[in-house]
Amino acid sequence: MQELEKLVADASKAIAESENLKVLEQLRVDYLGKKGVITAQLKQLGKLSAEERPAAGEKINIAKQAVHASLEQRRTLLKTLELGQKLSSETIDVTLPGRGQSSGSFHPVTQTIDRIVSLFASAGFEVAEGPEIEDDQHNFEALNIPANHPARAMHDTFYVDENTVLRTHTSPVQIRVMENNKPPLRVIAPGRVYRCDSDLTHTPMFHQVEGFVVDKDVSFAHLKGLLNQFLSAFFEKELPLRFRPSYFPFTEPSAEVDIACVICEGKGCRVCSHTGWLEIMGCGMIHPNVFNATGIDNEEYTGLAFGLGVERMAMLRYGVNDLRLFFENDSRFLQQFS
Amino acid sequence: MLVSENWLRELISPDLDTQGLAHQMTMAGLEVEAIEDLSPEFSKIVVGLVESTDAHPNADKLKLTKVNIGSETLDIVCGASNVAAGVKVPVALVGAKLANGMKIKKAKVRGEVSLGMLCAKAELGLSEESEGLMLLADDAEIGQDFAEYLQLNDHVIDVSLTPNRGDCLSVLGLARDIAVLNNAALTPPPSKTVYALIEDTIDVKLNAGDACSRYCGRVVRDVDMAQATPIWMAERLRRAGVRSLNLVVDITNYVMLELGQPMHAFDLDKLDGGIQVRLAEQGEKITLLNNEEVELSEGTMVIADDTKPHAIAGIMGGLDSSVQSTTKNIFFESAFFHPDAIAGRARQYALHTDSSHRFERGVDFDLSRQALERATSLLLEITEAKPGPINEVVNEGDLPLREPITLRLARIERLLGVTLAAAEIVEILSLLAMKVTIEHDSEWCVTPPSYRFDIEIEADLIEEIARIHGYHHIEPAVMLGALSIRPQTETKIGKKQLCQRLVDRGYQEAISYSFIAPDVQSLFSPDISPIVLANPISTDMAVMRTSIWPGLIQAASRNLARQQDRVRLFETGACYFKDADGRREEQFVAGIIAGNTLAQQWACKTSLHDFYDVKSDIEALLGGLRVSFVADGHPALHPGQSAKIVGGDDAVVGWVGVIHPQLQQQLDIKAVTLFELKLDFALSQSIASFTPLSRFPSNRRDIAVIVDQNVSASALVACVQNSAGEMLKQVDIFDIYKGEAIDLGRKSVAMGLTLQDFSRTLTDADIESVVAEVVSALKNQYSASLRD
Repeated sequence: MQELEKLVADASKAIAESENLKVLEQLRVDYLGKKGVITAQLKQLGKLSAEERPAAGEKINIAKQAVHASLEQRRTLLKTLELGQKLSSETIDVTLPGRGQSSGSFHPVTQTIDRIVSLFASAGFEVAEGPEIEDDQHNFEALNIPANHPARAMHDTFYVDENTVLRTHTSPVQIRVMENNKPPLRVIAPGRVYRCDSDLTHTPMFHQVEGFVVDKDVSFAHLKGLLNQFLSAFFEKELPLRFRPSYFPFTEPSAEVDIACVICEGKGCRVCSHTGWLEIMGCGMIHPNVFNATGIDNEEYTGLAFGLGVERMAMLRYGVNDLRLFFENDSRFLQQFS
Repeated sequence: MLVSENWLRELISPDLDTQGLAHQMTMAGLEVEAIEDLSPEFSKIVVGLVESTDAHPNADKLKLTKVNIGSETLDIVCGASNVAAGVKVPVALVGAKLANGMKIKKAKVRGEVSLGMLCAKAELGLSEESEGLMLLADDAEIGQDFAEYLQLNDHVIDVSLTPNRGDCLSVLGLARDIAVLNNAALTPPPSKTVYALIEDTIDVKLNAGDACSRYCGRVVRDVDMAQATPIWMAERLRRAGVRSLNLVVDITNYVMLELGQPMHAFDLDKLDGGIQVRLAEQGEKITLLNNEEVELSEGTMVIADDTKPHAIAGIMGGLDSSVQSTTKNIFFESAFFHPDAIAGRARQYALHTDSSHRFERGVDFDLSRQALERATSLLLEITEAKPGPINEVVNEGDLPLREPITLRLARIERLLGVTLAAAEIVEILSLLAMKVTIEHDSEWCVTPPSYRFDIEIEADLIEEIARIHGYHHIEPAVMLGALSIRPQTETKIGKKQLCQRLVDRGYQEAISYSFIAPDVQSLFSPDISPIVLANPISTDMAVMRTSIWPGLIQAASRNLARQQDRVRLFETGACYFKDADGRREEQFVAGIIAGNTLAQQWACKTSLHDFYDVKSDIEALLGGLRVSFVADGHPALHPGQSAKIVGGDDAVVGWVGVIHPQLQQQLDIKAVTLFELKLDFALSQSIASFTPLSRFPSNRRDIAVIVDQNVSASALVACVQNSAGEMLKQVDIFDIYKGEAIDLGRKSVAMGLTLQDFSRTLTDADIESVVAEVVSALKNQYSASLRD
């Protein structure tokens, strides 16, 4: 039986020295396989007497279990080591950039229009659009701007022919909607507009958003409340605001809306010409002549209207310092709005 | 409009500092755009009397003067030609600073001591240039600080007036409004009646209907044109931005600035017979004060004598009869010209004058006589002359009407959203010089004054009430309205949602101008005649675009020029077409790619983009919309690499392709690939409809067939779909091969067929039979042979 003990000792040593699973598996075959040395011992049992057989058998079984245990222990260890090696060899540099297409961006003017529209949509305004090549009737006459009116000089108009212009504002959309729909109306109309003017602060094409409400009892107080809410929501802060009497042929009373300069917070800076205020939009109560021109009863209904320049809002919101950048389509500029 | 604060305060001076006054004006709709401080740039200048002049011993052109400055008499060397004993002039003392920064020191001029300097206007910053010394009036006090004498502790207030407030285009007009705001009385400018010293008059005939319903004229003889405009008047004109010309012209301008009445003065001796206010005959000519000869169009109102026109009424006088230094006798005109007769006329002749600016906005029709009296009395205060009587011709019936307007308290409250006391309303209206009569408890009849041309209806009155009450006193309120759900179709997606697909695929949104160069337009759409602008801002923005591509190409090439080697841009917007009914605008979405498919990156190789990159973007853009790409030619696209995009009802909905190499060369850009789709089509969408899924496994069989090179992929796929029967779920082309082992002019197309049945697992026999059908159909229709 010393032979058996030596066998187990040899096996343990060999197992402990095995370097990989393949060697270990060979050791299992050598000791415990069908032709293995311990299996061979079992086969010798037949030669022993019936009395000797149980004791000898038990010893062989103990030896077999001992070798088996060593094998399993070693196998677990080697597997762990092997996994560790595999994982370490598979490690990648996670800081390298990802593969494939990068994403683009919406134009800041579009983003600003979307933002304005969605704020008004949350108050029940619907979007309307109209033609950019307009007739004189919709762009001027119906808006109470007759030919030769001094206010026409404020619009440097592009003409297609005597009676046809590139719309100088989005206000004609208001006329078209009022002509074709019955109140109550809550409408917001964004779009391209055109003025024959080009310098540091003017481009011949730009964007406006026109909004208006026609209902039974809309008042100037509502106009103030609405624009108050809108401007605070747009700039995401409570802004000091002031309404100044002004003049637009299609509203009466009319007002210019100033906000406390968003750059210097009213202290005075270059952007606000050191006044602390920024002129941001025009508004007023819809003029009775506009009601008359569109066939809505001015006694039954009242209306408010407002208009604002999209590029100006975008410049203030995003801090863009040059109007002309909006139409150069430089991808380094556009990518800043992704 | 520019106005001196001191002048304004002579009429009304509320207890507010300059900033406070400006704020009050701005908040009342008289927007103050800027305030210029007139504090002088010079110092240590006083009024001095030249007591004597002597020749300089060493210089012909210099004089030695003794100048009394009150406290002492100084020796000053002077080179001005108009220096003489007895004149009062500004004297720069030793230590003085001039407007240009020059410092005055005790000096020797050609050996003679000089203790200061006698000044000209330009040296004091009072004019751009000047000749000779600035001669001061007799009232100038010797030794008085010159800045004080000139009242330079003043501000010029720049008021930006809206076109409705013609009544405020004068010091009096502004003062009237400021008086109302402060509920204070104003001191009107002096108003004196001048008695005639002679009996001369000129006959005046009004032959222009209601365009001129009042005309006041007055002959003034023996005017001394050598008399200079007094400094106080010249200074007020200067501060209002008006150039001083001569005494008579300056007086007419002064009265215009003070009262708002534009006036004109004719050289009486150049007039032939009586004055006629009439409409010009076509082709009549006049040379205007600006030295330009214009041919008058019919309907232009002129002031003429018996033989020819001498002024375009209310706009500009003629050169012939203008008042010059040689003039002796004058004829003053102060008239009312109706805004409708003046509006647009000045612009028609490319003119814009202080006079036309006022008349087209409306001048007080009751002011003519007062202004004429004011001008005459100013003239007589300054110099001796012999005035005749005023000849006033009025057609009462043609004067503008001031009809009473009904004003209802309820309407005020409804429109403004505030409650106002009746007493406050009446007070405001009365302060504004409106005649108010009570109709009922809460209803009035209101008649505006003759100087207000902007008050015709109830809303105009309500605006005035709001303005004077103060917009800031109207509390903001939240709007109320019905909450209702609006219809929303699922067969259309939003533009934002559509474009998001392009943004997700790396496109940046561009916005380009709607007008482009005519030659570029014709390169892209030679068959379309564009809408042309009558007054383009430049020749390369003269026609309305008929495709978005030119704008995108311009944007792309700019980016390429700025070292961006890879560009992906899209734009949505209108294109503009002529139409049988006039004009048509149609919205498109268009895109452009230049450079590589992917940005340079470590993890995959990138290559120059091609047609198929853009095609996959279009497929992604269109989502579930079925379209076919049909090879076709487009003037802007490569004939072998372009396709029209055809929608469900066989209508062409767009184009895609690589730019035509010729066009590419003409435009001098890199190869780009373009697409353009009708936006309405791209936004349309079918509502999803569920198809049951099979529970049985699918099988795939790959076949490769060799066909002629010109057989299209879509034809092969259609053939497979038609011949495979219902079991075919999908066909994928996964390889195209030309070259070795394939005959010239032929290509190998490898396709994967995915087969599946609803009721059972397919057997090999099922599959083989489908493949055999497909192969046989391909062989029959396209002479396809199987590739081993």
